[in-house]
Amino acid sequence: MKALSKKNIIKITALVLMLVIVNLLIHNGTIDSYIELNLVLIGINIILAVSLNLIVGFTGLFSLGHAAFMSIGAYTSAVLTRNFASPFLVAILVSGIVASLAGILIGIPTLRLKGDYLAIATLGFGEIVRVLALNYDYIGGAIGFNDIPQHTNWTYLFMMVVLTVVLIDNFIKSSHGRACISIRENEIASEAMGINTTFYKVLAFAIGAFFAGIAGSLYANYFYFIKPDSFGFMKSIDILVMVVFGGLGSIPGAIIGALSLTVISTLLQSIPDLRMVIYAVILFLIMIYRPQGLMGDTEFRLLKKKEVKHNVSSKGE
Amino acid sequence: MSVVKVSNLTKNFGGIKAVTDVSLEIGKGEIIGLIGPNGAGKTTFFNLLTGIYLPTSGEIEFNLNEKVSSKDFKPYKMTQYGVARTFQNIRLFNKMTVLDNCLIGFHNGLNYGVASSLFRLPSYFKGESETHEKALKLLERFDLLDKKDTLAQNLPYGDQRRLEIVRALAADPKLLLLDEPAAGMNPKETADLMDLIKWIREQFDLTIILIEHDMSLVMNICERICVFDYGHLIASGVPEEIQHNARVIKAYLGEEAN
Amino acid sequence: MEFVIQQLINGISLGSIYALIALGYTMVYGIINLINFAHGEIYMMGAFVGYALTTFLGLGFIPSLIISMITCSILGMVVEKVAYKPLRGSSRISLLITAIAVSLFLQYIMVYFVGPETRTFPQVVESTKIMLFDGSVVLDIRNVYILAITVILMILLQYIVRKTKTGKAMRAVAQDKDAAELMGISVDKVISVTFAIGSALAGAAGVLVGIYYNTINPLMGSGPGLKAFVAAVLGGIGLIPGALLGGFSLGLIETIVSAYGGSIYKDAVAFAILIVVLLVKPAGLLGKDVKEKV
Repeated sequence: MKALSKKNIIKITALVLMLVIVNLLIHNGTIDSYIELNLVLIGINIILAVSLNLIVGFTGLFSLGHAAFMSIGAYTSAVLTRNFASPFLVAILVSGIVASLAGILIGIPTLRLKGDYLAIATLGFGEIVRVLALNYDYIGGAIGFNDIPQHTNWTYLFMMVVLTVVLIDNFIKSSHGRACISIRENEIASEAMGINTTFYKVLAFAIGAFFAGIAGSLYANYFYFIKPDSFGFMKSIDILVMVVFGGLGSIPGAIIGALSLTVISTLLQSIPDLRMVIYAVILFLIMIYRPQGLMGDTEFRLLKKKEVKHNVSSKGE
Repeated sequence: MSVVKVSNLTKNFGGIKAVTDVSLEIGKGEIIGLIGPNGAGKTTFFNLLTGIYLPTSGEIEFNLNEKVSSKDFKPYKMTQYGVARTFQNIRLFNKMTVLDNCLIGFHNGLNYGVASSLFRLPSYFKGESETHEKALKLLERFDLLDKKDTLAQNLPYGDQRRLEIVRALAADPKLLLLDEPAAGMNPKETADLMDLIKWIREQFDLTIILIEHDMSLVMNICERICVFDYGHLIASGVPEEIQHNARVIKAYLGEEAN
Repeated sequence: MEFVIQQLINGISLGSIYALIALGYTMVYGIINLINFAHGEIYMMGAFVGYALTTFLGLGFIPSLIISMITCSILGMVVEKVAYKPLRGSSRISLLITAIAVSLFLQYIMVYFVGPETRTFPQVVESTKIMLFDGSVVLDIRNVYILAITVILMILLQYIVRKTKTGKAMRAVAQDKDAAELMGISVDKVISVTFAIGSALAGAAGVLVGIYYNTINPLMGSGPGLKAFVAAVLGGIGLIPGALLGGFSLGLIETIVSAYGGSIYKDAVAFAILIVVLLVKPAGLLGKDVKEKV
């Protein structure tokens, strides 16, 4: 367990190469603006799915309000970069922090609720955020927030995606992450083993909201324009579907889920009339044929090497 | 020296009196058996000892790691106070490995913060390797080392019971509460369990309270037995006394004809 | 005073509609623990069936109402058989996403076939205005219709649930599915019946909304659907009286909030009240808090 092992050096090199190569391809036009747009959407959705997976998949908290945190991040970043001309990195960080504070604020009272009731409360929270944004003129109200400077590029996006995945993966594989998983598995036993379950639930919520806020910031500063309805109940559901499709409690799953559903929804844009109908049918088929998700709850380490069992049981004749 | 002092403990649920006016002192190193018919208030008593319920009146005092009273009880603080428990219906973390289950037990001894875990600071590596080492050693002592990567839900029943005890011991308790540890076991497994309980008391310097319906186990290993009936502590004493106590016989067998 | 009475009248009408939809949510949740997000779309379909019957076939109010209820109950059963039954026993999240898929499917299949535009529901019930308090309070005859039909349907529902064998089977399945099955109750049939009854009530609500507000469109189900669901949770999900209490309370609250100039915040208020109620009484106003036994 060393920070700079050979494997890590290879990983870091691969990531840097990917960052540089895609940037070059964007510059020489091989990746046109349409593909770039989709790369940005995929990246943002990966951040959202991985962060929601920490809340729903690992800690077992059924949240239907993730888009609200994204919304809070998006508006924070929009205000900071347009009205105060703040540097983008500062805006990203502050968006995450503000979203995270909102997560703590809503989390402390509601995380006492269990299961479906928590889902409903978070759904309600999401709707409240949306209605408040609709009626707050400083941020454009129902008309939306315009002229946000476009700061998001491949470099920022890629770095934030990597940061999200690495930090959440680190968290999950630590004692604190195990505490979160134990809450999902059996809350009463978890508490009896000395785990302050309220603290860890709020922590998972805060970390998840932080990265959703960052996703919001990237979104706002790519599309120039945001409006409250972009972050409604259906957006929360979209993120949840990515997580469930990939596999609850699997980070690679969340990444694949975000990737495939973004691609599916882009492809469906070519048939606008039946887009939503087909999307609905796809969701339904996924739930029927793959209810445990593509990756089950596979972890990174299991993907890499499966431990070979030596005592292969001999087949009885 | 008494490590547990229960005075006039009462717990009501609405109109139901689950535990009524129980007073009890337990000395260091004792193995105490709690027996009584179903619904007599034994598990409620355990839940009071572990902060899951707060007493309606009366008080519990522990003198284990520090002096604490039931006023300061919270379920997640009990391991700090030196109390760990197992459950009547096994409550393992089913989709976690045996090793991870055991590691959760060490959570209280955790010595690195959230920031360290996110950014993998040196204290993370140090803390993780130390707890892993401790956990592996503990699993080895209980013959569970070769199953460390098995999911808890895939363990055979007996191993699940054992793992629950291991997980509790990982929290380094001074007082261990076992809720029906022999439930569902055959006589051979029960006999092994008796040896195990005696062994862990010696090895881990424990005081043990256990709820059990299996009289062979209770009579065999408990130094003192407390009998509950309808929420009252109706008798307490060494096994021989309890076996001949008229009230206990009445509680178990009902009123004798004539 | 007159102002309050006027708001009370409006609130009760809106509340009746919420209550009718909320009943379907509550009954389905009580039986299979599913938040049936597609329920709002059944209500929308009810409105469209009513619209088709009155506009194209020229049927009157009562026949349209009844046929619409029957159509919706069949639709409800079909949705259950096709979409939910294959997933029985999978996780709640999968079921919930399936329900959302069904909801999207119904919304957009309607958009595809009838177009997204809003339609005007024909005036099958003459809008007769009854002036009270020297004309300062207007009681529309349609308010009376809505309340009367809601009350009749409630009484019918109570009768079915309390007095009939089917009702007894429904209550048994809600309590313990396995035990009910062992006692010879066909759980599949009971679930079907539950969906049928709940959907019929939603269909009735759809027709009533068409008559009261005069406009319908394929996406009309999602808003009131969510609201009715809030109502069900507010009263205590799984409980029939809870759905009524929740529905009427929510209707009145929304009307009052709108009347005092807060109409833009009325959706937020509904959810804020829901969150506060859940925090104080996690199982809803009439629900009993059940703690997990250790």
